[in-house]
Amino acid sequence: MANDPLYETIIGLEVHAQMLTRSKIFCGCSTTFGAEANTQICPVCAAFPGVLPVLNRELVQMAIKTGLAVHGTIRERSEFARKNYFYPDLPAGYQISQFELPIIERGELTLDLESGEKKRIGITRIHMEVDAGKSLHEGIQGASWIDLNRTGTPLLEIVSEPDLRSSREAGAYLKKLRSILRYLQVCDGNMEEGSFRCDANVSVRRRGDTRLGTRTELKNLNSIRNVMRAIDFEADRQIDLLESGGTIVQETRLWDANLNTSRSMRGKEEAHDYRYFPEPDLPPLVITRERIDAVARQLPELPDAKAIRFSRELGLSEYDAGVLTSSREMASFFEETVQQGAHPKTAANWITVELLGRLNREGLEIEQSAVTPRRLGRLIGLIQSGDISGKIAKQVFELMFETEADPERIVAERGLKQVSDTGAIEAAVDKVLAENPTQVQQYREGKTKVAGFLVGQVMKATRGKANPAAVNAILQAKLSG
Amino acid sequence: MSIQAETVKQVAVLARLQLDDQAVPPLVEQLSNILKLVEQLNELDTRDVVPMSHALDMPIPERPDEVVNTNCKDALLANAPDSVQGYFQVPKIIE
Repeated sequence: MANDPLYETIIGLEVHAQMLTRSKIFCGCSTTFGAEANTQICPVCAAFPGVLPVLNRELVQMAIKTGLAVHGTIRERSEFARKNYFYPDLPAGYQISQFELPIIERGELTLDLESGEKKRIGITRIHMEVDAGKSLHEGIQGASWIDLNRTGTPLLEIVSEPDLRSSREAGAYLKKLRSILRYLQVCDGNMEEGSFRCDANVSVRRRGDTRLGTRTELKNLNSIRNVMRAIDFEADRQIDLLESGGTIVQETRLWDANLNTSRSMRGKEEAHDYRYFPEPDLPPLVITRERIDAVARQLPELPDAKAIRFSRELGLSEYDAGVLTSSREMASFFEETVQQGAHPKTAANWITVELLGRLNREGLEIEQSAVTPRRLGRLIGLIQSGDISGKIAKQVFELMFETEADPERIVAERGLKQVSDTGAIEAAVDKVLAENPTQVQQYREGKTKVAGFLVGQVMKATRGKANPAAVNAILQAKLSG
Repeated sequence: MSIQAETVKQVAVLARLQLDDQAVPPLVEQLSNILKLVEQLNELDTRDVVPMSHALDMPIPERPDEVVNTNCKDALLANAPDSVQGYFQVPKIIE
């Protein structure tokens, strides 16, 4: 079992994040996804003889931003290196990467665990490298086809320490990292399109042991859910193997999401010997303190800092602050709603309960919401000013979602404005009291609970538009009169 | 340091070179001689020397993030041994 009483699971993750530069890492080809095959390549990324790579400045800026966001050390001097291997989607026969001197070292990321605890996960290193092309095999007889459009797309490889202890922690780490990259606007985090990819190193050991067990590497994990399932499967497999007297073989295993199982790539993979050496075509990258400081000044407010501000300054619960900062889009939706004058706590409730509930049912993301923050803010404004009751507001909200109309217009057109006029409410109360003599009698005999029923009748008679506080006050006055 | 026949064969595999068995012994000798030449460096005390990866003392040039290349698919595919429907075609990759 993944939460076995005798064994603990040790996980380290390697994430490859495609950076959102317009052009490739070493040439001026476009990085747009989904273009016709081989229309975004040139002699540099297709590795024709005699070409020279020229580094994209924006990638370096993005790497520095990412390094700062995870509290990493940005090396004053880093180097590119060649990783040598042959594969048809790697036209140069080597990948330009970083090896001994990566741009970022020793960062960390803080996870908010479901238990409410916080856990720090170390980041060993972050380095820059080129992505490879894509190969197509299916339906092609005796051959494979190669599309080099992706070749040369800039990647950051983000390597964690083996600090994760369960698939849940691994899932939380990936969500947090992806959220940070999205806040920084350096990666779109789309796992299905492959712009955020993850390999997992998994080992198990008896609780209390200090030495790490033999690890296996899991590949082909194209969603956070698959990462978690593959880790659970692998931990169980290793524990079963050890319990039956076997030993773990260090190997790479491919996850099969359809069969919910993994298979060894052993035998198909020859011993790795990448023969790294410093890239002769690129001198060392020197990053000055001034450059780092300039990037630091442009960093947006990141999720952790935002959540702290939301709970300390705006009085939100830690839970709400966490939900509302889980993505950049969610946080700006909330902030724009509050800018309309909505009370922060009320806005938080409406967004986390009504809006997210409705969006979940429709399978929509917050940026696709038919109710804009401006309109939601004004709807809350109508409640705050006493123009409509909270209950009516829910009706208006549903109508806003369906019609994309302004709340004021819906309230006016449908006559939903709250009745605070005491004359009108008194008339309704008198009518209800006259129609329900039994309950009035019961109330006067001390069964004050029936007041709730009578309030309900008045609200019904006014089709929910009466101001509930006014109804209560008038009713109490008349009943005790 | 002299190298063994096994090392020569392994390097050949990594470099995708096909070697006849007869070709191995002369390569063992030649490569060992090269290593011996380089080994002379071991006679020097390099404890205080910073490892040097590049002879040129210059910072890396950086370019602005701009798309400047246009589609030149046909010209590049024309150099490929084989291409089909706009793709480079290669022998089947065993998955």
